[in-house]
Amino acid sequence: MIGVRDLSLSLAGRPILRDVSFDMAPGRIFGLVGESGSGKSMTALALMGLLPQGAQVSGRALLDDTDLLALDERSLCALRGNEIGMIFQEPMTALNPVQTIGDQVAETLLVHGRATRAEARRIARQKLDRVGLPAERFPLDRYPHQLSGGQRQRVCIAMAIALRPRLLIADEPTTALDVTTQSQILDLLKGLVADEGMALLLITHDLAVVADMADDLAVMRRGEIVEQGPTEQVFRTRQHPYTQALFDASDHQPEGGSTPHPAPMLAVRGAVRTYPGARRGLWGRAEPVRAVDGVSFQLHRGESLGLVGESGCGKSTLTRAILGLEALQGGEILLDGQAVEAGQPMPPDMRRKMQVVFQDPYASFNPRHRVARLVAEPFHLTVRPADADARVAEALRAVDLSPDDAGKYIHEFSGGQRQRIAIARALITRPELIVLDEAVSALDVRVRAQILDLLADLRGRLGLSYLFISHDLNVVRAITDRVLVMRAGRIVEQGPTDRVLAQPEHPYTRGLLDAAPRIPPQWQQREDGDERPVV
Amino acid sequence: MLHFVLTRLLSLTLSLIVASLVIFAVIELVPGDPAAFMLGLNATPEAVAALRADLGLTGSPVARYLDWTGGLLRGDFGQSYTYRVPVSELILQRLWVSLPLAALALALSTAIAFPVGLLAAARRGRATDYGIMGATQLGIAVPNFWFAMLLVLVFAVNLRWFSAGGFPGWEAGAGPALKALILPAVALALPQASILARVLRSALIETLGQDYIRSARAKGLSQGQALRRHALRNALIPVLTIIGLQFSFLLAGAIIIENVFFLPGLGRLIFQGITQRDLIVVESVVMLLVFAVITVTFLVDIAYALVDPRLRHRR
Amino acid sequence: MRVPVQLILGAILTAVFIAAAVLSFVWVPHDVTALNIAAKLQPPSATYPLGTDHFGRDILSMLMVGARTSIAVALVAVGIGLALGVPLGLTAAANRGHWIDDLVMRGNDLIFAFPSLVIAILITAVFGPSAVNAIIAIGIFNIPVFARVARGGALSLWTLDYILAARVAGKRAARISVEHILPNIANLLIVQGTIQFSLGILAEAGLSYVGLGAQPPTPSWGRMLADAQTMIYTAPRLAVLPGLAIVFMVLGLNLMGDGLRDLLDPRLRRVRT
Repeated sequence: MIGVRDLSLSLAGRPILRDVSFDMAPGRIFGLVGESGSGKSMTALALMGLLPQGAQVSGRALLDDTDLLALDERSLCALRGNEIGMIFQEPMTALNPVQTIGDQVAETLLVHGRATRAEARRIARQKLDRVGLPAERFPLDRYPHQLSGGQRQRVCIAMAIALRPRLLIADEPTTALDVTTQSQILDLLKGLVADEGMALLLITHDLAVVADMADDLAVMRRGEIVEQGPTEQVFRTRQHPYTQALFDASDHQPEGGSTPHPAPMLAVRGAVRTYPGARRGLWGRAEPVRAVDGVSFQLHRGESLGLVGESGCGKSTLTRAILGLEALQGGEILLDGQAVEAGQPMPPDMRRKMQVVFQDPYASFNPRHRVARLVAEPFHLTVRPADADARVAEALRAVDLSPDDAGKYIHEFSGGQRQRIAIARALITRPELIVLDEAVSALDVRVRAQILDLLADLRGRLGLSYLFISHDLNVVRAITDRVLVMRAGRIVEQGPTDRVLAQPEHPYTRGLLDAAPRIPPQWQQREDGDERPVV
Repeated sequence: MLHFVLTRLLSLTLSLIVASLVIFAVIELVPGDPAAFMLGLNATPEAVAALRADLGLTGSPVARYLDWTGGLLRGDFGQSYTYRVPVSELILQRLWVSLPLAALALALSTAIAFPVGLLAAARRGRATDYGIMGATQLGIAVPNFWFAMLLVLVFAVNLRWFSAGGFPGWEAGAGPALKALILPAVALALPQASILARVLRSALIETLGQDYIRSARAKGLSQGQALRRHALRNALIPVLTIIGLQFSFLLAGAIIIENVFFLPGLGRLIFQGITQRDLIVVESVVMLLVFAVITVTFLVDIAYALVDPRLRHRR
Repeated sequence: MRVPVQLILGAILTAVFIAAAVLSFVWVPHDVTALNIAAKLQPPSATYPLGTDHFGRDILSMLMVGARTSIAVALVAVGIGLALGVPLGLTAAANRGHWIDDLVMRGNDLIFAFPSLVIAILITAVFGPSAVNAIIAIGIFNIPVFARVARGGALSLWTLDYILAARVAGKRAARISVEHILPNIANLLIVQGTIQFSLGILAEAGLSYVGLGAQPPTPSWGRMLADAQTMIYTAPRLAVLPGLAIVFMVLGLNLMGDGLRDLLDPRLRRVRT
């Protein structure tokens, strides 16, 4: 029904896509997988005719007999939302904040002149019901800011399917969502494809998501499709080395590590952090929100401890309290036996022992300083040693960068390299504990695998302890010895990582594990008989 | 929403109190005895003493402040020394010139700026846009009182369509009175319209880059539909701020423009007050101007909430 | 990096006026304080390139000295705004949610309630008109402008991980503000500075036009216009020339500000395409 033939695209003279060809059929899901910058989103925008100005396109994209690439803007407007619908990655910003959800869904019908105002609202109601937003809890006059991310993505889906398009394009539809919400949205999309008989083009970086969802699959790299076919077959054969590399990286288990000593490195006892409740009326306030609600745990010397939970569970607040950036209302945090107190400068010796690596490699550095100065920043409170430059070089070497990089500015580095610099900055004081706050979440799978290897290697060589905060169970499985599962401010389960992830005791942990998409274990053996250990 | 309005009202009241304190304190700073200062060097001690009593300068500062603000609340602004009439009467008379002038200018500036800003945003990067941006750049650079002089030169001196100044009063009928306000209003409005059009354009272009515009386009809206239906309302928030600020600029600008056109408005009153050392008039008119600005700020805040549901629902 | 055309154009215009102002300290074609009634209201000629006014003073010389007044007043007023507004804005941002932030922002709102002309009127009513009082009036109005710009820019930076990293390194808010925040909002401040500079030129002209600015015999563009108004029927040239000077000076500064914004802020440059 939909055939893309030799789609090539360049932006301002730079080639973005080369000879992309694939077919989609009604009632089937086509997965397009690749790392960031592989051109998968541009492929979708080309089909929608929403490419940025200055894009040069060649090839054909046939919807039955219509070539989408040859249409003028008028015909494209008539087609969008009508024959082709699309949903995007970031549901928090994808809806107009000053318009009700009912109006936004109804607009799809009205703009195509397919319904009267009253009729459009009636159909909008039906569609919102269909995507799981029932009338009693989600009346049409709700505004986007009153909904959660998952609910907003449902509204976006309702908007996209209001006219029962024949093709629905979903560009990373669940990347910004928590794992349980992700599985609900993916189920919804599956159900819609089955009920409405539309074709779904699912764009994602996550192999597990396509394994779970797609009937057919294409792997993209640098603007080209390197391999495509029925999903199971592609997974089992992995003919192209790039497919194999992606596959390996997505379930990477780094070697190395160290044996923890029973001595406590970090102890949290009965930590409580509450925030004042929302205002009610002029003077009243709602009940205070208990972001961290009596959390206690110990991290042993040389141990790698995972802290998992979904957004809003309190793990960020807890992390900030451990770093001494946020005061507690109750309980205490002891770093190597000394109390961490917010609001007062930590004694230099304590500062030295604990360092941190943040999530976003693009926001982690002052763009105006050179790497040498960035890496040396933690010397601020400890006394700057005489051999500071040598220490910077040593730290850069430890993360497999060159000491010459010290003279460069941060914008000269890729995301993965930046995360290495962030680790170098953490290593500079020769710490004993590193707090890794979603430190690999923003990275592509292959880069992520490399950083995980680096972390495992450093831990083995330097005897470091890690507190690894993440929402991603796969990553936690790869790098931690023990794991804490946090929900609504409390630790609901803890234990050795292997045990907790294999035989969860708490229903919440079980729910998290069930929701996480997985590549079926039987697909992991390669079809050509090359035996690989199942990990 | 009620909570929002109430907190804004509270902050409005606080601002007014602090502003009145500031004005009172500044006038207190006048070196020497205000009464002697007003009467000049040749005044007799008896006259000064009488004026002091007249002005209510005999009590403690606290008592005098309470006296003054209490009077303001009752609409009693005191006696003008030079005019020998209640200040409130003077102000009311002059308000009938200044307020219509500012309102006319604001309406004119908004009426010009919206279509121009929308057009520039819709045609961004093209010749129309560059033309509009160039013209508004020039519009911002022109001082309004000089523009007023040029208008007089062209329309009053050369073409003789309007008189060069003066105000016939509303008694002469709305037609002639409005006609006397047209040139001043145009002079005030054009520079403001240039600023507003530029703000609107950049706010629109910023909004057009948002994700929800892409969503709207994916629904099948054309570029223009997305601009009108989704971008405009979201772009209104910065634009409202500027409209609010402009009102205070227009009131202040009107003070100068009134001088160009010899209009008997608040501006003329305040200058007469300064030259004749009639501090009560100065004090009261300044307080009135500040009151107007603070009230407009309050109205703009309410308008924000009407445009943006997120503010309405925030508790 | 491509330099925007408007930046070049604006810089040239601004440079011409600044050069004229600087030159006027050492040389002007004719003395602006000497009256020469015999040569009054002369049309442009070789001796008087732009003609003379009703006292026979050379217009070109007066415009040059007037530029000096305008630029001095506006520049010092920007300086006052920067020196007081930026620390206030940075302090407010560093204490977000704290009463200090509230106090600074409410203080800002309060100053915004007094348009600069109203401030000038109040000051003049008390201390009498002078160029210094004009500077103070315009400068006071600049404070909340810079405070807002600094606070807004700083707030968006405070959420970034590198600020968090600096806090983990034990740096205090004041040090972070100076070391990490200030250099990264310098672009914003420079652009706002040129805008306030041009607004200052306009405000100074307005104040001296109504007699609240520089006092005679110091020439200023605004007062030249006020003097010319009575002769608008007989010598319109006198009303046109100082006005053009103001327009070109302000235009130059605004073009320069826009050009700098394009050059310094890649985010805004992206929006333009």
